[in-house]
Amino acid sequence: MINWPNFISQVFNGLALGALLALISSGLTIIYGTLGVLNLAHGAMFMLGGYAGFVAYQYTSSFIVAVIAGSLFVMVVGLAMERIIIRHFYNRPHEDQLLVTFGLGICFVEIVRLFFSSQSKQVPPPPLFQGITSLGFMYYPTYRLAVVGIVAVALGVLFLVLYRTRLGMIVRAGIEDSVMVDSLGINVHRVFMIVFGIGAMAAGFAGIVNAPVVSLTPGVGDDILVETFVVVVIGGVGSFPGAVLGGLIAGEIISVTSMFNPGYAYVMLFAVMTLVLVVRPHGLLGVEGRE
Amino acid sequence: MKSEIFGREILKSSGNASVSRRTLLQVGAGLFGSALLPGTINGALAEEHPSIGTYPAGSSGSSVFIGITVPRTGTYALQGEDELKGYELAVEHINSGNELIKKISPKTTKGVLGKELKFGVADSGAKPNEAVQAEQRFISENKAVLMTGSTSSAVAVALNKLAQREKVLYVAGISGSNDTTGKDCVRYGFRQCFYGQTAAAAIGPIVVKNFGKGKKAAYLTPDYTYGHTVTKSMQDYLATAGWTTATNQVAPLGAPDYSSYLLNIANSGADVLLNVNWGHDAVLSTQQAKQFGIFDKMKLVVPYQTPFLAREAGDSLLAGVYAATDFWWTLEDKYPLAKMFVEAFEKKYGYKPEWGANNAYMEFALWAEAVENAGTFYPPEVIKSYEAGRKIQSTVGEVYFRKEDHQLVRPVIIVKGKAPKDMKNKEDYYDVVEIVPGAGLMQKPDAFGCSLGDYT
Repeated sequence: MINWPNFISQVFNGLALGALLALISSGLTIIYGTLGVLNLAHGAMFMLGGYAGFVAYQYTSSFIVAVIAGSLFVMVVGLAMERIIIRHFYNRPHEDQLLVTFGLGICFVEIVRLFFSSQSKQVPPPPLFQGITSLGFMYYPTYRLAVVGIVAVALGVLFLVLYRTRLGMIVRAGIEDSVMVDSLGINVHRVFMIVFGIGAMAAGFAGIVNAPVVSLTPGVGDDILVETFVVVVIGGVGSFPGAVLGGLIAGEIISVTSMFNPGYAYVMLFAVMTLVLVVRPHGLLGVEGRE
Repeated sequence: MKSEIFGREILKSSGNASVSRRTLLQVGAGLFGSALLPGTINGALAEEHPSIGTYPAGSSGSSVFIGITVPRTGTYALQGEDELKGYELAVEHINSGNELIKKISPKTTKGVLGKELKFGVADSGAKPNEAVQAEQRFISENKAVLMTGSTSSAVAVALNKLAQREKVLYVAGISGSNDTTGKDCVRYGFRQCFYGQTAAAAIGPIVVKNFGKGKKAAYLTPDYTYGHTVTKSMQDYLATAGWTTATNQVAPLGAPDYSSYLLNIANSGADVLLNVNWGHDAVLSTQQAKQFGIFDKMKLVVPYQTPFLAREAGDSLLAGVYAATDFWWTLEDKYPLAKMFVEAFEKKYGYKPEWGANNAYMEFALWAEAVENAGTFYPPEVIKSYEAGRKIQSTVGEVYFRKEDHQLVRPVIIVKGKAPKDMKNKEDYYDVVEIVPGAGLMQKPDAFGCSLGDYT
C-alpha cells in the first residue's frame, strides 16, 4: 500500500520499533564495549525478563511490579553469570566467549521451556494503556505509544548514568582503554560486574516492557538477537549513541521497506548493514580502535 | 541441534537374509492359501527381495526403527511437541496391539509384522537442513525403515527428496503445501493431512457464503512453500467469486513483530483478513492484528488452522472465525474411531488432542496398515500396498491413498470458533460446521506437476 497515510504510519511505526531495538542493543553494546565480551545470551536475557515479569504479574496483577521484577531478576542473573562464568573468559579468545555465552543462552531458553512449556504466555498492558489511539493519520495501539515513552525515559536514565556519573565515566573510559583504567588503580573487575549487570538489566527491562506487545515464548529472544546485532554493527560497536541511532535506523528500514514489499524488509536491513560495514567499518558512530 | 534417542539398540546389518521359523511358516501359509489370499504371496517372498535403502538390514531383527524429526525449538515448537505425542501414542498402540490400531489396520497383532517399533527423536527447529542431517543419521546409524516428522512443508519437501534418494519411506508430518504431493512429490513419500488446495476448496464456499461475493481480501503469508501455495490456492478460489487481493503481506518464518505488515493491511481497505501464518507466527500476528484494531474493520479467516491457536491467542479472538482443519476432538460424536483416539490421548496426556497429534497418529497407523498388507518391509512392496487404494477406516471416516500422487483422500473439517459463553468446557473452542468429503476437493493428480519417480 504505497500512499502518504501509510508512509507516515510506517515511519511512525519504525520509530516505535526502533526505540525498543535501541534499548535492547544498548545493553549489548555497553557490555561488549567495556568487557570485550560479545554476549550471545543477550536474547535469552531479554526472554528471561519477560518470563520473570510474567511470573510476578501472575502473583500481583501489577504491571509495575512485573517490570521491576523482570529487570531486577535479569540483573541478578547477569551479575551471577559474570561472577561465576564470564570473568573466567575475559582473557580467553573471542571464540570461547562466543561459545560460552551461546551455550548459556541455550540453557536459559531450555530451562524456561522445561518449566513453562512452548505454549505462549501473555502479559496484558496496564489498564491505562489498553486499547487503540487515533493519531489522526492512523490508529495505533496505545501501549505501543507508551512503549516509545517508556523506552525514551529508560534510555535517558542510561544516558545520565553513562555521561553524568563517575561510574559512567569509568565505563566510558573502559570502553576506550580498559588497560589504562586498570593502571589508574580503579577496580576494573568490580566495574565489569556492574556493567554486565546494567547491560543485562537493560535486556530484562526491554523483555518485560515488550511482553504485552508480543506473546512470550521461550524463543522470543532468538529472533530479536539477530536484529540487535545488526543494530550494534550499524551504530558502532561499543557506542551507546550508536545503539540508539542504529536502533532507530533499523526500525525505519524494516517498517518503511515493508510498505513497498514486506518480503524485502529484512533483506534491506542486512543490505544496509553491509553498506555501513563497507563505508564505515566501525559503524556510524563507532571509533577506530574499539573492537 | 539436540537430539534424543530412545531405544538405541541398533539392529546390526547382517547382510545375509537368514530364514526364520516365522518366515518358513509364512511361506507355507502363503503358498497354501495363495488362491484365496494372493497378497500373502508377496509377504512370503519378502526375503527374496534385493537390498534397497535400509532393507533388509533395518528389518532383520526383532524390532524396526523409525526416525522422527519434529521442531522442539522455534516458532513451531509447541506444534512439534504435540506431533511427537501423537507418534508416541501410535507406537505404544501398535506395539501393544491396541484396539484402535486394529480398527485402522485389521491385520495388526502386535508391532508391525510382529516386530516391535523403536524410534529416535531429533529437533529439526523446522529447518530442512537440520531435519535432513538427523534423518541421514537415523538411516546410517539406526537403519531406519521409516522417516517422519515436519511441521513445515520446507522440511517435508527436503525429506521427500532424501527419502527418494535413500530409498527409505517418508510419511510427512504436518505439511500444508501443495508441492509436497505436487511438484515435489516422490515415490517414497506419503501425506495424510490436508493441504492448500483442499483447504481452499473446502473453506472457500463457506467464506463466500458468509461474507458475500466481490470482496477484498488481505493475506498474511509466511515466506516459504506452505504459505505461498496456500495463499495462491485461496486467491484462485476466491477469484471465482469475484474477490480481489487488496494486499498480500509476506513475512519471514518467526518474524518477531508484525506491526509493519499490519499497518499495510489496516490501510489496504480489505474486508477480510486471511491469516495463512502458522504456529506461533499465527498466534502473534492474530494477537497483534487485534492490537491494531484490524478486526474492527475486517473479518478473520484461517485457511489452515494451527493446533492450539484458539487457546493460545486467547481473548476470544477466534470467536466466530472460520478455519479449515484436519481434526477436531468433537468429531468423537460422529466417528467411533475418533472417540477412541480422543479418549486414549486424553488419558495419556491430560488434554484433548489437536490435529497435529491426530495427524501423527494416523501417519503411523496408515503405515502399519500398508506394511501389514504388503507382508514385507521391502519398500517397493510397501509403496505398492499404499498405492493399492484400499479403503481404510480412520478417525475421520473412510479414507484411501491416491495412487498418482500419494496423497490421502480424506475430508477437510471446517470449524467455527466459539464465543466463551457458548463453550461447554474449557477446551470447547470450535463448532464443527461442515465435514467436506475429500475427493471433490482435490485437484487432478498432475495439476501440480507431480511425477513420482522410481520404485528402485
